[in-house]
Amino acid sequence: MQFLIDNFAALTVTGLAIGAVYSLIALGYTFVYGVLRLINFAHSEVFMYGSFAAVWVVMVIGGHPGGSIGQVIFWVALMFVAAMAMSGLVAVLIERVAYRPLRKRNAPPLIALISAIGASFVLSETMGLREKIAGWFGLDDTLRPYVNNSRNNVPLPSIIKPQGVFSIQGYEVTNVDIFVIVGAIAMMIMLDQFVSRSRLGRGIRAVAMDPEAAALMGVNRDRVIRVTFLVGGVMAGAAAVFYLLKIGSTRYDVGFILGVKAFTAAVLGGIGNLRGALLGGIVLGLAENYGSALVGTEWKDVVAFVLLVVILLFRPTGLLGESLGKARA
Amino acid sequence: MSTSTTPTRTSRPDFKGRVSGLPTSAKIVLWALFAVFLFALPLLNIPFITTADSDFGGVLFTVSTYVLVALGLNIVVGYAGLLDLGYVGFYAIGAYVVGVLSSQHASLPWLVAVPVAIGVAMISGVILGAPTLRVRGDYLAIVTLGFGEIVRLSLINSQWLNGAQGISNIPRPPGVTLFELPSLDWSSGAPVVDLDNTTTFIKFGIGDFIPYYWLALVVIGLVLLFDILVKNSRVGRAWEATREDEDAAELMGVPTFRFKLLAFSLGAAIGGLSGALFAGKAGFISPDNFILLLSILFLAAVVVGGAGNRWGVIVGAIVVGYFPERFREFAEFRVLVFGLALMLLAIFRPQGILPPRRARRVRRADEREEHIEEGLPDA
Repeated sequence: MQFLIDNFAALTVTGLAIGAVYSLIALGYTFVYGVLRLINFAHSEVFMYGSFAAVWVVMVIGGHPGGSIGQVIFWVALMFVAAMAMSGLVAVLIERVAYRPLRKRNAPPLIALISAIGASFVLSETMGLREKIAGWFGLDDTLRPYVNNSRNNVPLPSIIKPQGVFSIQGYEVTNVDIFVIVGAIAMMIMLDQFVSRSRLGRGIRAVAMDPEAAALMGVNRDRVIRVTFLVGGVMAGAAAVFYLLKIGSTRYDVGFILGVKAFTAAVLGGIGNLRGALLGGIVLGLAENYGSALVGTEWKDVVAFVLLVVILLFRPTGLLGESLGKARA
Repeated sequence: MSTSTTPTRTSRPDFKGRVSGLPTSAKIVLWALFAVFLFALPLLNIPFITTADSDFGGVLFTVSTYVLVALGLNIVVGYAGLLDLGYVGFYAIGAYVVGVLSSQHASLPWLVAVPVAIGVAMISGVILGAPTLRVRGDYLAIVTLGFGEIVRLSLINSQWLNGAQGISNIPRPPGVTLFELPSLDWSSGAPVVDLDNTTTFIKFGIGDFIPYYWLALVVIGLVLLFDILVKNSRVGRAWEATREDEDAAELMGVPTFRFKLLAFSLGAAIGGLSGALFAGKAGFISPDNFILLLSILFLAAVVVGGAGNRWGVIVGAIVVGYFPERFREFAEFRVLVFGLALMLLAIFRPQGILPPRRARRVRRADEREEHIEEGLPDA
């Protein structure tokens, strides 16, 4: 208990930063769930591919710790572009290959879960075996730094040295912390505006509310679904950059546990509800950190899941309730 | 447009039709032969089926564990329609109860520990189910997933259960040494009886896993019998009604919550039983044996085979349990190939390899309806 009080500020800031990353990934789950009513199990791999794209782009352009402020901003911007493009692409690909054929055949919803699990295995193993796969094409020497040790952690070349900006209760809040928290929340607000104001956003809400009525009103369902996956993927790409800046490395199976956490966050806030994803992610991030301070780090994940079960017992549809259509968000 | 004639379905007697046309005595003989074949499978060492790189008896035992687990999960997912992503939790509880009672904190014989393991797993099913079965559908999936992780992480962190090191020296099932059974050797191209490579009937030793496979087969037989009896009873019908339309079932006087809880706890009991068997065979268990991925594989077995059809589920379990072992030469590419296979199966057999009879009937009715509607002018 004393530890919690002493380190309250540090725990809060870390919890907020990790919670913001959970929220951004959770958006992908919530979006797809709202429109298709299914758990996109492969979404965790979308995140993972984005994180690799971000690391590689920094390696390609040769980011180094001593860059000037302008350079650092340029590198981070490139990371965002690469990660978002890659994640968006992978998400749309998953929809095309793993979901659309099933939708055309009116398959039962449970089988979509299996197809997604299959896609998830294929994607993460492809990344884990990239050294071998590059070897088939004789590229493993050219791509050595990118495919080496494909089963191990891949660190992000350090480009920003975290610097304390101000301190609360003796904890130095760094520029990276602030960037992650503020950036993630800004992305959320942008997305919220996109969904509630743009024409496509209206289409998404319409399909989420009633697919058949939306189709009768001239909404192209397939297009809306594609956009949904794309937007979820882009958000996961952004999450990947924030995650890398905060944690500093990635690996081929990083998506799995993060995906489970993010999905938990989505359910916690009310799946299908965008603001719910934000709230759920932050609550989960904070609870994990406070909880691990109280009962020990090794119980961190247990705290997260116990919290989920308890909340679902009292609010069976999550903190803010479900439905992308109804909540004007 | 002229009236189209409905295509007549040519009644081709399929395998099933031909078998069910046989007299009862012949059927019994066929079943007995099939059972004998299953028991003899690890001794026959049939080429191509036999796994070259890993001990075939051990592989068969793994496959039969998958079958057992899939039968249990089928009650929850297939019959009652509850999506359970944390089934490995019950499997772990079964194994750990045996571990605690027979090695870690007491030294009961394996045979005594197993019923306790089943009971504890069942009770934990009730404890998890009673509060959570009120949430529906996908929420249940995430709650059960959380449960599976809570169990595993608690095992890692609990000193009382020896943490990440796990529990070793779990006693084996009791056996009697009766006689030696030779196996076949195909290395020369034709089967030759290999008297050097024998299995003792029935001694549960360390190097030879074939007796464990036999034990698992017997247990599967018992569980199947139980499964058939329950499914054809009032309970089975109540599950079906609940799965199809919970509100309608409730209105018809089915206490849906109680039946869902029953399905959950029966599934948990079978999961615990499988875990107990696993502990008896492995002799050593650790939290690493009970990862979340296993839950997903179990669910894949049920859905790929055809949720709701016990034979389909068995086929699914064989696919999921056996193929990664058989194709060990793919080595690192096993998971990749397995993922591809899951996707292809999902796309080309969306109802599962062997869908339940009801699903097939529904599909035929749908097709017929579509066919009739085609001839009608637009409404």
